[in-house]
Amino acid sequence: MIPASEKPGPWPARLDLLQSVSGLFLGLFMWLHMLFVSSILLGEEAMWTVARFFEGYFFFGYGLPWLVSLFVAGVFGLFVLHAWLALRKFPAQWRQHRVYWTHMRSLRHEDTTLWFVQVITGFGMFFLAPVHLYLMMTHPELIGPYESADRVWSGMMWPLYLVLLFLVELHGGIGLYRLAVKWGNFSDPASARRKLKRLKWAFTVFFLALGLVTLAAYIKLGIEHAPHVGEPYMPLSSRAAP
Amino acid sequence: MSSNAARTLTFNVFRHNPRDSATPPRVVAYSLEETPGMTLFIALTRIRETLDPSLSFDFVCRAGVCGSCAMVVNGRPGLACRTLTAQLPAEIRLFPLPGFELIADLSVNTGKWMRGMSERLQAWLHMQEEPDVDALEARMEPAMAEAIYELDRCIECGCCISGCGTAQMRTDFVGAVGMNKIARFRLDPRDARDDADFFDLVGDDTGVFGCMSLLGCHDVCPKQLPLQTQIAYLRRGMARQGLLG
Repeated sequence: MIPASEKPGPWPARLDLLQSVSGLFLGLFMWLHMLFVSSILLGEEAMWTVARFFEGYFFFGYGLPWLVSLFVAGVFGLFVLHAWLALRKFPAQWRQHRVYWTHMRSLRHEDTTLWFVQVITGFGMFFLAPVHLYLMMTHPELIGPYESADRVWSGMMWPLYLVLLFLVELHGGIGLYRLAVKWGNFSDPASARRKLKRLKWAFTVFFLALGLVTLAAYIKLGIEHAPHVGEPYMPLSSRAAP
Repeated sequence: MSSNAARTLTFNVFRHNPRDSATPPRVVAYSLEETPGMTLFIALTRIRETLDPSLSFDFVCRAGVCGSCAMVVNGRPGLACRTLTAQLPAEIRLFPLPGFELIADLSVNTGKWMRGMSERLQAWLHMQEEPDVDALEARMEPAMAEAIYELDRCIECGCCISGCGTAQMRTDFVGAVGMNKIARFRLDPRDARDDADFFDLVGDDTGVFGCMSLLGCHDVCPKQLPLQTQIAYLRRGMARQGLLG
């Protein structure tokens, strides 16, 4: 019999589930986030509409930016939680780093290598994601076509966003794939895994391409708007008739 | 067989005897002419007979049943007796399985590790009462017997431990072989234990929640055990047990 002091208790199970659930939410949210952000490709008015929509503008007739702050705070909290939970899996001691690196290079096994990609991208996000999250939490009203473009170009955020794009899309895509094989119940696991892997790469390539085009659009807009940096976008509806 | 000239294979073999300070860890190259149907078992035996009688490696059954000849072949764990040299390039690297105590050269003590794991996971049938050897055994549905047999095919060769990044980093991780054992007894209607008991054995980070789903185990298992499915199934069961009690 196992002595009570050595029984695991419910926490390892809860933490494992929490890691998966927080990762699932963050991964799916990042895909949606990219779709919202890319609304700039449909024009400045489209992006303005999406941004104000999340402030409840079209429900109340005026925007409540603190709604966005609240949501960002929630995402921030989830991000911190997920980072803490994922840290448990990181190689910590030098021996573990060396062993995993040697193992990965020797085995040449895709899923083993992809996990290491997740470690590196996750580590990078510890530092880069909070910069963006804090800005969005404290200045939700500065989400708009000109406002965002100014932040990207004149605010010198584009290098950070460029790196963050790769970190997020790689980490999230691999993570969502891993969630599926971790918990999934497949009648034909081999073919399911092949399909999931293909789907994962397709999503990653699509969102990376969309992200790069979107970032380029903000950079272009930011360069054009640089002489008027700081001036917010005026929606068509509120522009005074001549 | 084709009439092509036989290849000359080069075997780069890890050599080290931890109990002999005169043999530092090193790689020794042996050249051998390939013969039709040659397996690594045949090649290693020939090396020992004709080139170097001091080479240590383990074999018993030569047919992929005993699990003693597992080694790392060109970076990938596998059974030497089931690996045809024809499937390999002319340069072949042979290393002992990592994660196990080295006996010498390619020979590792998987038995010691497996015994420790089995004792820790209590990987044997826990029956409610002493079986009556004079009575007829309780009947079992053929489908159930098949399902249990499927998992019982594990030969404890250790490939899944050597193919698992988690087990390599964390030496207290029970690995796929351990989780497969739990899955096997969890399935068995003769076993009196329920999920609460199994949870106490594998419901933490040294057990199923330590698994990071790298699936190296599944991909290198020489018996093609359904490890991905079994670990996911066990994980769902243990998560349910951990959450709901």
